[in-house]
Amino acid sequence: MSLPYSSTYTSDAVENKRLWVLRLWVTLAVVLGLNYVVWRWLASVNWSAWWISVPLVLAETYSIIDLGLFGMTMWRARQRSAPPEAPVGATVDVFITTYNEPVDLVLNTAAAAQRINYPHRTWILDDGDRVELRDAAARLDVGYVTRGHEWAGKPRHAKAGNLNNALMQTMGEYILILDADMVPEPQILDLTLGYFSDDKVALVQTPQYFNNVPRSDPLGSQAPLFYGPIQQGKDGWGAAFFCGSNAVLRREALMELGILGYVTATEKAVLGRLKEARGIVRRAARKATDETTRTTLSETSRAISEALAQIGNGEPIGEATYVLQSRLNLLSHDAVTQDLAQIAADLDSLDVGDHDIGINGAYGDEMVARLSCAQLSPVNELVAVQSTVRAIDVGRSDEAQALLPMATISVTEDMATAMRLHANGWKSVYHNEIMVEGLAPEGLDAALTQRLRWAQGTVQVMLKENPLFLRGLSLPQRLMYFSTMWSYLSGFATVVYMVAPILFLTAGVLPVNSYAAPFFLRFLPFMVVNQILFIVASRGLPTWRGQQYTLAIFPVWIKACVSATANVFGGVPLNFAVTPKSGTRADSLQLGKVTWQIVAAIALIAAVIAGIVRLVVLHSEPIGTMVNVGWVLYDLVALSVLVGAVRYRGFAIERGSK
Amino acid sequence: MTSFHVDDVRIDLAIIRVVGRLNMVAAPELRDVVAQAVKSGKSHLVVDLAGVEFMDSSGLGALIGALKTTRQAGGDLRIAAPGEQVAMVLQLSNVDRILKPYEDAAFRD
Repeated sequence: MSLPYSSTYTSDAVENKRLWVLRLWVTLAVVLGLNYVVWRWLASVNWSAWWISVPLVLAETYSIIDLGLFGMTMWRARQRSAPPEAPVGATVDVFITTYNEPVDLVLNTAAAAQRINYPHRTWILDDGDRVELRDAAARLDVGYVTRGHEWAGKPRHAKAGNLNNALMQTMGEYILILDADMVPEPQILDLTLGYFSDDKVALVQTPQYFNNVPRSDPLGSQAPLFYGPIQQGKDGWGAAFFCGSNAVLRREALMELGILGYVTATEKAVLGRLKEARGIVRRAARKATDETTRTTLSETSRAISEALAQIGNGEPIGEATYVLQSRLNLLSHDAVTQDLAQIAADLDSLDVGDHDIGINGAYGDEMVARLSCAQLSPVNELVAVQSTVRAIDVGRSDEAQALLPMATISVTEDMATAMRLHANGWKSVYHNEIMVEGLAPEGLDAALTQRLRWAQGTVQVMLKENPLFLRGLSLPQRLMYFSTMWSYLSGFATVVYMVAPILFLTAGVLPVNSYAAPFFLRFLPFMVVNQILFIVASRGLPTWRGQQYTLAIFPVWIKACVSATANVFGGVPLNFAVTPKSGTRADSLQLGKVTWQIVAAIALIAAVIAGIVRLVVLHSEPIGTMVNVGWVLYDLVALSVLVGAVRYRGFAIERGSK
Repeated sequence: MTSFHVDDVRIDLAIIRVVGRLNMVAAPELRDVVAQAVKSGKSHLVVDLAGVEFMDSSGLGALIGALKTTRQAGGDLRIAAPGEQVAMVLQLSNVDRILKPYEDAAFRD
């Protein structure tokens, strides 16, 4: 079957030649870009209007770095040779994840999954826990998995949780993950399992393609540049991404990730508890008035410090905490003994005579034992510490499962999981052949929600497990992950790119020293080569929609950065929304979804008019006006993609009207 | 095939002897055996690994899951008598820092 963009294998000679031509353009673009941006910083910032000049030169620097990372990706963007043959006798689970998609849609995917040639077992992972889906699954003879009672009251972790839950109940060596709408072709496993003959391969990702998108792609749903040259380039650097669906994973690698995560989380929890306890003790010691209490408390704090050191030296946590517990019991016993001795002495000095308080004899011993058992101990802080140590949690009681193989630190579990796999030395493969077709959102609202989620998830990972610092990644892998994260920061640069020309055209504020020859000599060659690079890199794939959307939905990118930052540092929930697969068509213009873009467009148009008026009436600088009008026109052309988007009424309707 | 024998020792204590490979095929089964035992009141479990010739990450994952299950029921889980390969897996994964393997009778105390 022939599909759009499907890889047509070229000979190695042709591919090599293409790659060298591409590298030439990458080099040229980066050199010219540096030439331009260095000149901008050193010689052309208009410091008298620094409040716009500096943001502009920063935005330009952002774009040059973006170009550098793109160039690096393209440097190794080449086709893979055909995969090795699939092994005989491997066991495979096919997971179909669903939350609220229509039952028919899920069953259609499940039926297609059953028709996959390679022997396997199909499972529907129903996070919606729907009886009719359970029954239908039984009729189709596919497995059905849903969350058990252990999940009650625990964080569910959305799709990652759904997958983790199923991982514990199934047993295949390999797992093919499919979103509910992603209909696979029968040969998908035959063409991907072979890669796993390399023992270190943990992931094979194939493209995502949507079959309910018209050729004009009004919502920019297809991502041919990403599911093509960009993934091939990342693959070339050993960092092919996991994209959540249409991928095969090695169970052993995932479980290993789950175990490492468990050990780390448990150690962290224990160390955190101990440090917390030491803090309590130290504060109490400072406040303590009598010498005995102070001595006991500082000894307690020393005991905790020693336990921490032991754990730090790699001694078993169980051992270290057990020893600590015994020492604390002893200290507590001593403290009570001393307290009692003190009380007895006081009573003696008061000459009360025959009193029952003493530390000698059987009666005294019993009393010490009773008092030093937690509730009665006079040194309250010791009690707190003892119970803290006793409650050390090796069962990860804040989670439903002890093991969380799929990363749960982000709403885009796929990127976070793949990054950890790479950091643990596993390899990934991008197989550039469309073998699964799915459904894209058919309304602007749903499409924007989806982009927002991707961006939020990516920024979450950037803030929580930044690839530049994550141990175990190679430098190119770091940069490949960082590249994607960097590109999601573009919203801020876009705002500057809109405000700067508006300021120039309406008020004559000049962010650049001059728009004369030095500017053009550096800017134009760079711009031209940059565009050529993009055309060469995209190999004739339709990438213009993507370019338009990158600029046009700048409010979404900014919102994602802001909300993800508030989430990571302030614990503000993201209001995570599952991207709906059906019923996403818009029946009205939904202008409210693009308010900021409307404001921007009006301001840009007004600026052009103002610029022309100023040119005619005030005789303002003609070249500067020309540059800025050109700039504004580019912004407007990019924004115009939203006109088609708000008027789009869904795939079938579009076709029916023709 | 992997087999599981459950021996009741006390009202709240049982020993599960695993014989065979504790891998991704056996892991869900161990999970079920443990869930059953805990359900019937055996919150303290010893998993005797002497008969396990091979364990993978899924098997290890099932042991950790079992530890969680028993802890939730107010009990505990200990592992006993791991062979060479099993001990190595425990050590390489650092799980032995949390789930310490005992030589034999793990609940003597």
